[in-house]
Amino acid sequence: MSTHDIAHPTYTGLDNRKVAIWTFIGSECLFFASLIGTYLVYKGRSVVGPFPHSEWTSPTGEHFEPIFEIPLVTFGTAVLLFSSFFVVMALAGAQHGNRKMTLWWLGATIVAGLFFVGMQVYEFYHFFHKGLGYTTNLFGSSFYTLTGFHGTHVTIGVIWLATIFILALRGKLPPEKALNLELAALYWHFVDVVWIVIFPVVYLMR
Amino acid sequence: MATSAVEHAPPQITSDAKTGLWSWLTTVDHKRIGIMYGVSAFVFFMIGGLEALLLRIQLGSPDSTFLSPDAYNQLFTMHGTTMIFLGVMPLSAMFFNYLIPLQIGARDVVFPRLNAFSFWVFLIGGLVLNASFIFGAAPNAGWFGYANLTSVQYSPGPNTDFWVIGLQILGIASLAAAVNFFVTIINMRAPGMRLLRMPMFCWMSMITQILLLLAFPVITVALVFLMVDRYFGATFFEVAANGDPMLWQHLFWIFGHPEVYILILPPFGIVSEILPVFSRKPLFGYAAMVFSGAFIAVLGFGVWSHHMFATGMGPIADASFGVLTMLIAIPTGVKIFNWIGTIWGGSIQMKTPMYFSLGFIAMFIIGGLSGIMHAAVPADLQQTDTYFIVAHFHYVLFGGAVFAIMAGTYYWTPKMFGFMLSERIGKFQFWLMFIGFNLTFFPMHFLGLHGMPRRVYTYPEGLGFEFWNQVETAGSFVLGASFLVLIWNIVVSKRSGVPAPADPWNGATLEWSIPSPPQEFNFPEVPEVESRDALWAMKRAKGGTLPEPPRVDGSHIHLPNPSVKPLITAIGIGVFFTGFLLGAVWPMPSVTTINLPIILLGLAITAYGIFSWAFEPAE
Repeated sequence: MSTHDIAHPTYTGLDNRKVAIWTFIGSECLFFASLIGTYLVYKGRSVVGPFPHSEWTSPTGEHFEPIFEIPLVTFGTAVLLFSSFFVVMALAGAQHGNRKMTLWWLGATIVAGLFFVGMQVYEFYHFFHKGLGYTTNLFGSSFYTLTGFHGTHVTIGVIWLATIFILALRGKLPPEKALNLELAALYWHFVDVVWIVIFPVVYLMR
Repeated sequence: MATSAVEHAPPQITSDAKTGLWSWLTTVDHKRIGIMYGVSAFVFFMIGGLEALLLRIQLGSPDSTFLSPDAYNQLFTMHGTTMIFLGVMPLSAMFFNYLIPLQIGARDVVFPRLNAFSFWVFLIGGLVLNASFIFGAAPNAGWFGYANLTSVQYSPGPNTDFWVIGLQILGIASLAAAVNFFVTIINMRAPGMRLLRMPMFCWMSMITQILLLLAFPVITVALVFLMVDRYFGATFFEVAANGDPMLWQHLFWIFGHPEVYILILPPFGIVSEILPVFSRKPLFGYAAMVFSGAFIAVLGFGVWSHHMFATGMGPIADASFGVLTMLIAIPTGVKIFNWIGTIWGGSIQMKTPMYFSLGFIAMFIIGGLSGIMHAAVPADLQQTDTYFIVAHFHYVLFGGAVFAIMAGTYYWTPKMFGFMLSERIGKFQFWLMFIGFNLTFFPMHFLGLHGMPRRVYTYPEGLGFEFWNQVETAGSFVLGASFLVLIWNIVVSKRSGVPAPADPWNGATLEWSIPSPPQEFNFPEVPEVESRDALWAMKRAKGGTLPEPPRVDGSHIHLPNPSVKPLITAIGIGVFFTGFLLGAVWPMPSVTTINLPIILLGLAITAYGIFSWAFEPAE
């Protein structure tokens, strides 16, 4: 028996790390389901404003505008959605050994991710100044916790993709290692899909 | 990683002689990690047992002042939390680690370094939880941590913070391990080992990993809510702000009910391995066993509210959850009948593992029957919060899980350590444990039905609770002594040194085809599997027995390198979470605060650990 027999292929033929990332994503679904479920349970239960979709005047006569402003977040959502396409193109580049293509599309993905995170930071800052602190009411707590955790996931994704970008820049992402990018891309798609749920449920649903 | 090429491997010595502290700190060998899980879990288990004995001394007489009410609260909270998260779960993890790769014919788990990481994170989580005793501030709101007992108002000290932080750390360990073992079972099986040829222990373990993966994120989120409520003044569980304490109960039990199957399914797997071997018959109804296990797991996500009947959810919810709960009796009954069917007509060998397995079946049936009783809502409304419930879950978790873990300990110790445990002392331990267990917990049925409330530190004289409480306290010491007998057995048997052959029980599974203890690489040649009970089939093909497998030179076999990165990353996570405690315990302010520099330091160490890990050659 030669030493090559030891490195037997996986039983299913699927790469170990790929099965692992899918398994992890399955687990993450429950994580976000719990956060989104909580947001929905507490929707409309806040005893004081400001509120997501309606104006509110406090007992002391202070006036608060509705918190959500749909145009900016819609644009951010679109950018994040397109980034899923960008990363698919980057992966195609990596699989075909087209380094230039990988770098450009991966760069675009990272920029899109950074834009989304920037949009969210701006939004949090803006909402805070409109009167919605983290502990102001149930809406504030559940909204910031849900979107904050999503934003953290996007940030981790950006760091992961940036690491691979640097690898690719140094020529360390040959086609046989394209899987390294594919794993990050799977995670990136997942983070995207979660936002596709959050955007209508949180921002659009009244 | 199994898929990567192995050429250009320098010949390295893979003798069993690696020793020293550093070799343990950097080990990625699933067998060593399994042993570390076993040893630390046993220590935590003994601590949890001591806590229980203190509780029993307090309850041994009416109006006792042995423990203060607060000390009692701390001890029963830590007893429950310890036994579940630091005792039974990691004891199962010991078996996952040691056995899954051996039973499926693999050299290691799929991600050996992640496996080491899981262990270290678990250990740190256990130490953080128990460090609370040093500050006299052990968690005191129950293992279920119901809101709003855990709010800053009702739990102003750091007690609850230790609980929250400890559980968050342990959750990371469980999730990392669950991904690892799930992928291991999916992908690392030896050629020919189809899913429906796997040993039943591997099946039950795989289902357990799925439960872990789906249940733990929910409690993570619930604990996050509790953390931000306590640390930052959010109002997730604050009634004044229209927050709902029921949300905690729902989230907690959506995790908590699958959790009890996380605790019991691996023991199901253990006895399903042992009964066939000592009955000299294949497991009866293999496929039915697999699917009933899966059915239990599915139902396990649909019955959480039966822990909440007393909260007033309304008749529709109560009835639905009651009926779904009763349904669980079907797959569980299938399992019990299949175990009995396995023994039926077998050529039964009454060795110690068999004693514990039969004890498991009997005790688990009692626990299962009382479980069906309080699946009925009207009955539960009488029984809830009484000692009847305490009796029920000790019959399933101690009479069930711990008896099976003992069976597994006696069954696999020869494989793990290379010596046989004394049968004489083992059977003595069984009877001591069996008698002590029933003396301790059976009277709780009576006390509960007579209305003795649980979680209360004492009871007044004259309610008729004295006699059975005295019996229970006496029984608990017999039960505690049975574990000293186990230690005695290990010490004596290790000294007397009856070496274990590779296959002392005429086993059916692949771990018995290699020397005891196995060499670091497990299998010199990857086995080929053609049927269930693979080793029995191999023996039949060779006329009944196989020669004792020799210890071979495995220097040509390529093994994963030791690594310290998992430990570094785990320490980073520990430091990160400790940052949430240092503000709380020192200098003990009444409002929970965080220590930002420590948190950032922890993040930095974790990030360093992950990046250096990612770029470290694995093989």
